[in-house]
Amino acid sequence: MEKIVLPDIKKLHKIDVYVKNGGFKAIKKALKQSPDDIIDQVKKSGLRGRGGAAFSAGLKWSFMPKTTDKPKYLCVNGDESEPGSFKDRQIFEFNPHQLIEGILITCYAIGAKVAYVYIRGEYHKWIKLFQKALDAAYDEGYVGKKMKRKLKTDFFCDIYIHKGAGAYICGEESSLMNSLEGKRGYPRVKPPFPAQFGLWGCPTTINNVETLTNVPAIINNGWEWFSKIGEPKHPGTILYGISGHVNKPGIYELPSGTLLTDLIYNYAGGVPGNKKILCVIPGGSSMPPLKGDQIEGVKMDAESLKVVGSSIGTAGIIVMDENTDLVKVLARITKFYYHESCGQCTPCREGTGWMLKILNRIIRGEGSVKDVDLLITVANNIEGNTICALGEAAAWPVKFMVQRFRDYFEKRVSKEIAIPVANKVHSMRHTVNPLADITE
Amino acid sequence: MEFKFSSKNLKKIDEIITKYPSRKPAVMPVLYLAQEQNGWISQEVMQEVANVLDMHPEEVLGIVTFYTMYHQKPMGKYHIQVCTNVSCMLRGAYDIYDRVKEKLGVDNMEVTKDKMFSLEEVECMGSCGTAPMIAVNENYYENLTKEKALEIIKSLKKN
Repeated sequence: MEKIVLPDIKKLHKIDVYVKNGGFKAIKKALKQSPDDIIDQVKKSGLRGRGGAAFSAGLKWSFMPKTTDKPKYLCVNGDESEPGSFKDRQIFEFNPHQLIEGILITCYAIGAKVAYVYIRGEYHKWIKLFQKALDAAYDEGYVGKKMKRKLKTDFFCDIYIHKGAGAYICGEESSLMNSLEGKRGYPRVKPPFPAQFGLWGCPTTINNVETLTNVPAIINNGWEWFSKIGEPKHPGTILYGISGHVNKPGIYELPSGTLLTDLIYNYAGGVPGNKKILCVIPGGSSMPPLKGDQIEGVKMDAESLKVVGSSIGTAGIIVMDENTDLVKVLARITKFYYHESCGQCTPCREGTGWMLKILNRIIRGEGSVKDVDLLITVANNIEGNTICALGEAAAWPVKFMVQRFRDYFEKRVSKEIAIPVANKVHSMRHTVNPLADITE
Repeated sequence: MEFKFSSKNLKKIDEIITKYPSRKPAVMPVLYLAQEQNGWISQEVMQEVANVLDMHPEEVLGIVTFYTMYHQKPMGKYHIQVCTNVSCMLRGAYDIYDRVKEKLGVDNMEVTKDKMFSLEEVECMGSCGTAPMIAVNENYYENLTKEKALEIIKSLKKN
């Protein structure tokens, strides 16, 4: 199977190797066509965003206004903080120039003169690697003002790296824009959408690193070629990241629609000790988990996962074997969202803390059956009641894990004590340091 | 303690600002420079960053408190970050975290008495495929065991 994003070519991160292997051909080809043609090709190719929402990339670009007196911007989302996903760092390390070429083509298509690549702060190493690649591309004249001479065109654009500083929420597009503007990373209310009112109030498009790395291949080989790879409704290859209880965790680039069991047992080498699988999270920690006996025949693409009640997310697969303590796992996931909630919306800010407190109570062996229902109630009251999707990200794992593993949770809460829920919640707000209470 | 940017860093700041349409968006990279020079972000540092970028010190404080990678107190020479999120947890991250904690004798976000080490329990660092991991300052150490993690700390102690 041909790999698009991470081909097996040695030293591809070097610009001369990349050029020798057909690099920067796509941008030359693209510059001979009109921006609308490019958008049309990407739309027809069926390329969908790889950052979690799986939205059509071409359609997103077409929302950019054609006539405006404001500058347009492209933001490239390399914040990659979702637990279970670790794909973008491979692109920065092993195929940075294809990403750069993808950025150039996108900038040409949407009419942007500046692109910001937002990379999470913890990725010091990968920021340095990508900066090195970017400097080489600048030197060779593929990026910046030198483009005009090198590619014999009127179009040019600059690419800058912006380093994050450890906030998960900045992977949300409007939060990323606020962070870039030098503000706290609070998500914005939508509408207006970024294409109308984005970075500094100007039309902006935001795409994931992996999405844009696919673009040069589409321009080179045509949209028909791309649309035939994998599942027709979610074509292309996907960087599947497998972690947790598997023998060979890592990133595997395979066509969309690859069987989940194939990924786990063939590519990732199965579960250590041939243990049974208790639970699989198919798309990063915020997506609804699947039961071990539910994964047979499940295809890994956006539409197929919807059918079984989950979502592709960032394709970060987390496998848990039969000996895993699911309550502890869920508490850890919830602790993450509690920590990362930006604090703007009350349901998310407070609800994540409440869910964590309840889960910790169950772990201590003090939970009651009512707690199981209470978890779902709190999750339901977060979902849909927040500005950004972090609300759903925090609520879904709790809601679906408890629903799908109800027996498991009920076994952990044998006590039939009626807990005065309302009082408990009320008293929490009046403790001197409520945070200490929750995280204990 | 008063804080002023070194002339080298002031030059770097001028360069950073050219990336953005105004001065304010440079606040995150400039804070990194300040942290590198001063070791941590003090009140005086925030004041100076605000001066350089024509911002209010309160705005800078808002940024510093929002992002976890800006330290509001001095950290150890070696800042040990242990990821304990799901993928690492499933592969024994809490074992490592507890042992490292025991070895250093400090809790989360505390500094050892000799100021050599500080410990932080961090969220997902993007090393799920090579879990468990610790990061020392900017460097990742992946595919660890308890023993390997303690060895790393031992070798750092010698330096």
